[in-house]
Amino acid sequence: MQVVEYLVIFAILFAVVAFVSAPVRRALAGQSDDVAGDQSHATNLAELEAEREAKYRELRDAELDHRTGKLSDADYEELDRALRGEAITILRNLDGEQERDQPPD
Amino acid sequence: MALIGRALLIMALGIAGFGIVASIYGARNGRREWVDAGRRSVYALAALATVAFAILEDAFWRNDFSFNVVANHSSTTTPAFYKLAAAWSSQEGSLLLWVFLLSLWSSLILFLVRKRAREITPYATAVLLGFAAFFTSLATFWANPFTTSANPPAEGAGLDPLLLHPTMMIHPPMLYSGYTLLTIPFAFAVGALVTGRLGAEWISLTRRFALAAWLFLGIGILLGALWSYTELGWGGYWAWDPVENAALMPWLCITAFIHSIMIQEKRGMLKIWNVSLVLGAGTLSILGTFLVRSGILDSIHAFGASTLGVPFVILLALMVMGSIGLIVWRREQLRSEARLESLVSREAVFLFQNLVLVGMVFVIFWVTFFPLISEALTGTKVSVGPPAFRPFIVPLALILVALSGIGPIIAWRRVTVANLRRNFALPVTAGLVTFFVLLFWPGGPSSRPFALIMFALAGFVLTSVVQELCRGVAARRGMTHEPVPLAFVRLIRRNRRRYGGYTVHAGLAVLLVGVAASSSFQHSSDVILSPGQTAHVDGYTIRYVRPVESVSSQKIGFGAVLNVTKGGKHVTTVTTVRNFYPSQNPQDGLIGKFFDTSNADSEVGLDQNLRRNIWTVINAQPTPLAPLINKGDSVFAAYAPQVMTKAAKLPPAQAQAAMNGLWAERDLAVSEIARRFVTHPWPTEFLLIVAPLVSWIWLGALIIGVGGLIALWPVPSFARRRARMPSAARPTPPPPVPVREPV
Repeated sequence: MQVVEYLVIFAILFAVVAFVSAPVRRALAGQSDDVAGDQSHATNLAELEAEREAKYRELRDAELDHRTGKLSDADYEELDRALRGEAITILRNLDGEQERDQPPD
Repeated sequence: MALIGRALLIMALGIAGFGIVASIYGARNGRREWVDAGRRSVYALAALATVAFAILEDAFWRNDFSFNVVANHSSTTTPAFYKLAAAWSSQEGSLLLWVFLLSLWSSLILFLVRKRAREITPYATAVLLGFAAFFTSLATFWANPFTTSANPPAEGAGLDPLLLHPTMMIHPPMLYSGYTLLTIPFAFAVGALVTGRLGAEWISLTRRFALAAWLFLGIGILLGALWSYTELGWGGYWAWDPVENAALMPWLCITAFIHSIMIQEKRGMLKIWNVSLVLGAGTLSILGTFLVRSGILDSIHAFGASTLGVPFVILLALMVMGSIGLIVWRREQLRSEARLESLVSREAVFLFQNLVLVGMVFVIFWVTFFPLISEALTGTKVSVGPPAFRPFIVPLALILVALSGIGPIIAWRRVTVANLRRNFALPVTAGLVTFFVLLFWPGGPSSRPFALIMFALAGFVLTSVVQELCRGVAARRGMTHEPVPLAFVRLIRRNRRRYGGYTVHAGLAVLLVGVAASSSFQHSSDVILSPGQTAHVDGYTIRYVRPVESVSSQKIGFGAVLNVTKGGKHVTTVTTVRNFYPSQNPQDGLIGKFFDTSNADSEVGLDQNLRRNIWTVINAQPTPLAPLINKGDSVFAAYAPQVMTKAAKLPPAQAQAAMNGLWAERDLAVSEIARRFVTHPWPTEFLLIVAPLVSWIWLGALIIGVGGLIALWPVPSFARRRARMPSAARPTPPPPVPVREPV
């Protein structure tokens, strides 16, 4: 019975080692399909996208606040203008970051 | 199978260690393959922990008493339902449950972010694997669930009777899910601090996990309260027990975080505060586990106590010092990008609410640990109970409820007097009307000022939430002309965070009304009654109609049927039972072991509705039976060895028959002795409680849970929502920012 248990343990160990080490083995064999890009660029993009989502949500919240009477027309116009300005800045930064992805003409 | 279990734990520890090294090496050297190997280590760990946990559950299911943990925490008579739960009643099983849940949640987040946050994630992976390595090493070297005995007993010790309650099936996994989910925001906050990537991304990645932790922990706390109310036999749902407090502290901390991250997302403010809250909540989640597992403070959870204190103290010290060090290191990047424009704004309300919540955490922490602090300073352990919490917690809770009503009706950034008037007029009027009506209500709550204020504030909160919902529906209908029910559903669906949050606020108000009413206006009576006698509690007459008894192989029950009337009219009939579970101590005697008073629990006789609860419990003691029990023990002490000696000389089948005859005679004796509770009843002690609005606590918690689910439910990103719009409806670029859509 113990022999069977040892066989099971070795089988599990083998499977785990094979699964975990697969990316390293692939890289050593030069077969990695995952190109290590510019991590800083990817992170900047992701952070800007998260900021864009948050800003969009803020715009929608302001609109709902206005429609439910928490913001006066004047306050809403001013706030909306400011938020859209901030959103445009984020989108420009996002465009700039995305242009780094484009190959030069 | 135990051998495989032990091997799996060692493999899990090895793979966690490898994953930590691979993740950090990959991150520092830009080697994606090593980062991937680190992530795969988490998946592999989850698989190993799942199989290990399944082996343990299987051992409990099969009554495999060769596993020490099964022999010590289960028995053949443990109901099947509870055999599975018995795994986490033990130290060993609960540590394995921690690893199992941690590895599952870690795998989920790492799978979801596998192509995102590539700088932060490797460090977060290393932190998560660090927690896994810590708990796996405890389960491997200190409290191994797979240790076996060469001579297993024929019968196990059984599950602690206090844990024989349906909530115990889900209360610990819920709490542990909450604790383990809290490590995810903690790990990503550490990753963000290490890499200096402290923008919006780490928050957007972990917000939902923080919310899930809040929800699971909340459910766990609620189930614990329900267990306390219906099982422990003292009539309350919250005792400010150290272990209860240990779960409440991270819950309050993460509640603060869920609110304050909105300020960071919208205004770029409170970065240090948010990181501190996440790191604090993660640390408090480990502290919670430590309190349950260390036994350093006296607790109703004494069944979980052990001597694992030192490793936990080391881990907690590392977490606290590491967190402070990282925040100090990154303090420049954590500076706010904006300033508070007005003290009358939603940001200011959130900030104030955060201070109240953190204030509550400090109070609870200080009072909970006061016995240890006093012992360290004076050498004497001074125990403080619930009265020490109330002077601080009650006023803070009142402020919190007020803020939960103000938050939904105040705008971001700044507010004008006209807007304030428009939004506050109705809720404030509702609060004042509630206050004055109750103040002058005959027999009302005027004698309890805190309760009166709580009711008034609840009126204010509920009105503000209803007002917001009505105005939201009206605003949507103004744009879409949808019918009211459709506009209501779509409004909530499109603004889940907002209206999920408002629902939670309404639930909190309902819950705290239940707490205030039931604690301020409870009437209780501790009485000794004989059959036929009555007691009077809060206008109710409670009559002890007749005693009842039950005998089974699992327990002996002494109970009472109670008839409740008011003004001569029948209200309800309830039955309450005191159960005695067989002792495993041979010193207790062959008969006496069945009447073990230290191994007992209570079945509460409860009649509840939305207005009031009638809660009764019998505290029957078998003391008058002592002479008969002692006589029975003497008889069987002489008789049993004779039968056993005789049986030893017989063939196995006949020997078994002889022994069965002995046990049948013993069972008959036990039944006859127990039956005297009915045939010769003696005066018995009862605790009788009538309390108003207790059900509001469970109702409020249910509303909070629904609100949490609404807020937690995934909502597609704005960009994806626009992409899914029909092409004709899709705006053509520019404009770059969203066009106005229905709210």
